[in-house]
Amino acid sequence: MSFSLVAPTVINGLTMGAIYALVALGLTLVYGVLHIINFAHGSLLMLALYAVYFLHSQVGIDPYLAIPIVGPAFFVIGYVLQRGVIGRASHGREQTVLLVTLGLALIIDNLALYFWSADTRTLDLAYAFETIDLGVALVPVPRAIAFAAALLVAGLLWLVLDRTDLGKAIRAVAKERQGARLVGINVDHIHALCFGIGTATVAVAAAILLPAFYVTPQVGYTFVLVAFTTVVLGGMGSFAGALVGGLLLGVVEALGGLWFGESLGEIAIFGLFILVLLFRPTGLFGTKAA
Amino acid sequence: MADGGDAAPALLELAGVSRRFGGLLAVDSVALQVMQGGIVALVGPNGAGKTTLFALIAGFLKPDRGRIRFAGRDIAGLAPHLICRRGLARTFQIVQPFGALSVRENIAVGAHLRHAGRRAALAHATAMAERVGMAGMLDQPAAELTIAGRKRLELARVLATGPRLLLLDEVMAGLTPPEIAAIVPVIRGLADDGLTIVMIEHVMQAVASLADEVHVLNQGRLIARGSLAEIAADPVVVEAYLGHGAAAKLGGGTAGVGGG
Amino acid sequence: MVPTSPSAVVSNRVMTPHRLLAVLLVVTLLAVPFVVQSSFWLTFWTMTLLAAVLGQSWNILGGYGGQSSFGHAAFFGTGAYAAAILQVRFGVDARLAAIAAIGFGAIAGAAIGMLSFRYGLRGSYFALVTMAFAEVFRIIAVAWPLTGGGAGLNVPLHAGAATLQFVDRRGYYWAALALVAISIGLAAWLERSRFGAWLVALRENEAAAQALGINIFRVKLGAITLSAALAASAGVFYTQYFLYLDPGIAYGPGYSIEALLGPIIGGTGTVLGPLIGAISLHLLGRLATAATGGAPGLDLAFYGVLLIGILAFLPRGLTGLGAGVNWPSAWRRSRG
Repeated sequence: MSFSLVAPTVINGLTMGAIYALVALGLTLVYGVLHIINFAHGSLLMLALYAVYFLHSQVGIDPYLAIPIVGPAFFVIGYVLQRGVIGRASHGREQTVLLVTLGLALIIDNLALYFWSADTRTLDLAYAFETIDLGVALVPVPRAIAFAAALLVAGLLWLVLDRTDLGKAIRAVAKERQGARLVGINVDHIHALCFGIGTATVAVAAAILLPAFYVTPQVGYTFVLVAFTTVVLGGMGSFAGALVGGLLLGVVEALGGLWFGESLGEIAIFGLFILVLLFRPTGLFGTKAA
Repeated sequence: MADGGDAAPALLELAGVSRRFGGLLAVDSVALQVMQGGIVALVGPNGAGKTTLFALIAGFLKPDRGRIRFAGRDIAGLAPHLICRRGLARTFQIVQPFGALSVRENIAVGAHLRHAGRRAALAHATAMAERVGMAGMLDQPAAELTIAGRKRLELARVLATGPRLLLLDEVMAGLTPPEIAAIVPVIRGLADDGLTIVMIEHVMQAVASLADEVHVLNQGRLIARGSLAEIAADPVVVEAYLGHGAAAKLGGGTAGVGGG
Repeated sequence: MVPTSPSAVVSNRVMTPHRLLAVLLVVTLLAVPFVVQSSFWLTFWTMTLLAAVLGQSWNILGGYGGQSSFGHAAFFGTGAYAAAILQVRFGVDARLAAIAAIGFGAIAGAAIGMLSFRYGLRGSYFALVTMAFAEVFRIIAVAWPLTGGGAGLNVPLHAGAATLQFVDRRGYYWAALALVAISIGLAAWLERSRFGAWLVALRENEAAAQALGINIFRVKLGAITLSAALAASAGVFYTQYFLYLDPGIAYGPGYSIEALLGPIIGGTGTVLGPLIGAISLHLLGRLATAATGGAPGLDLAFYGVLLIGILAFLPRGLTGLGAGVNWPSAWRRSRG
């Protein structure tokens, strides 16, 4: 193992980590406000990936241009899911919510398997193989876009939450649900809104991810664990945490793969996950312990 | 350990017990002694630190400083279940029944501390239920009980563990006057049978009927000790409840101290 | 998570609906090997019983103990792999390997339990950490030559009682039935024992349980160890039945989900819940597959619908039906 490999590995890890961060942003928002761990998050990502794929293969829309389509569409899906299914079926109990979202994941993952089969699908894009030369490493264009997008989306989410009235209402609900109700905030609506935003974020992540990745029905499960790890590592409910956590994880995985081989590189992620859960469950930037 | 003198050793002894939460000194150098037998009341305005003190004694919190001794042995910082096994048990201010279980099964959980066999535990549970007057509700789901019922259940359940000293945290809270009148003799009966009881109480009627001695806690500190009449007349106590200068305004404090 | 029905003391001579159901179940399950002719259906029922054992193992920790594990495959797979590895790599006698494998499962349970409970993990965090452990085990199984890596492990076919491989597939059915009986016996013991009372108490309210002298850590640890041992026994059965194992099967999400679906559908924290749940799930899954022409994935999607439906309308699971739950009003009452 030579040091000349470290730099490109780290850069590679950073760009992959940016993707993890993008995927995790929606999850951390949902946890921060609704205090639920959404097991269907990965499945929704997978669904969005297929949506972006079919928009390209059937309608010819470039994935990045598909964002204005899938974003709002998945916002609606997320809103309806929370308001109509999750919120109602769980009777407000934390354990039940976990299982309801697991049930959703089962449904979505397996319907995808049924309708679209297990074939791996990738996008055939002209610019997908172009790279940017950073001197120490070559970065594929889609990955570079992903990196920039992660920062942008995180920034946007933070802006909404911090500067808008809606954001204030959301933060109120997150901090003190009953109190928010008492001052007239429609908590169910805010919850559904947040879930919708979280789902829309994941759809945006999908549009950005697909050019650099692929889609199968199993992709959901693969990403769900990494997304959780990112969120727990960064701190539940913190966008900066999801960003930093994702980047850190990407680097850990890449370096782990470089030094220990690919399989054990994956273990590095989960090992880190377990360690964080045991010793610092609030994560790097976390505010609330479950 | 017991001093060689003529005084009996205290069953429960606190010395210099303090506990801080961030900037708040919740319990401030509390020292008190509870002798075996009889009922001691712990009163004070809301937020005085009474429940925190109970949590410290029962092991749910660790004191920052100080010594806590029960039956001659140090218990400060011990795990709650170990303290219960030694014979010091507590109830909770907000009652916590095992909702999915029946009354009998609830009490049996406590009984299992001293009875390994299921049948023996259930039998002991029945006996404890009778002691607190719940014999007719043994098969009811605990989740369906009224507040008064839950309080009695909490009492029966903790009694089943066979304690020597019982910490009762506002057992009268939420009870109507008839319910209070009904439960007072039960507690009196427990003390008569040899149980030592320390009770946090706001309901002065109960304190008057039950307590042999009253300690007053305010802002984490013990400010007075004595019979109910004595502490009610104490200007320091009056000020704690009614505010600075109240004692003077009331002319030196023959006014009764209202319930918190 | 879901309440048990209070075990009111009912005279032994009274035939309650629950008892009738139990009798029917026993009769049906005993009749299967004699009535069922096709090997397909024999396998179906054998697998259903396996699911019931796995479900009961989950039930001990998740139902009675209230600690929902989302990674029970970690224990199932350890039992399966240990049995396979001991026989294939070390030439250990099958029966010894089975017992040792259960031991390994128990150790895995104790280890994960010690870490998780020592650091106070509960609820969602506990669910997540169990998932993480299962995934770590899976990755190790992929990378480690001892387990045969990604290609998996084959156990050579030597049919005979000594190798715990039955010539007549019905032998497997009886073995599975025996495991089910043991698992039900365990649950029944839990409902009558001090340990079980303590376990349920800490599920209901940890602080109150501690205040009654219960050592929370030890009870949880005991529960997860017992649960893991039972799950490992299911894993051993899998190895002997299929004679092939790979990381995805052993440690993948499939059996983790299978472990919790049955008890939740049937009724967590009950003796018969996992069995009833397993039977219902597998029968309904079969129906779904048949109705749609055998396409992959539909039966699992259907399970997801069933799971949500039960959680929404029948939180006590199917065994709660006996309690006369009125569906629409229960829905309305529990909103918000």
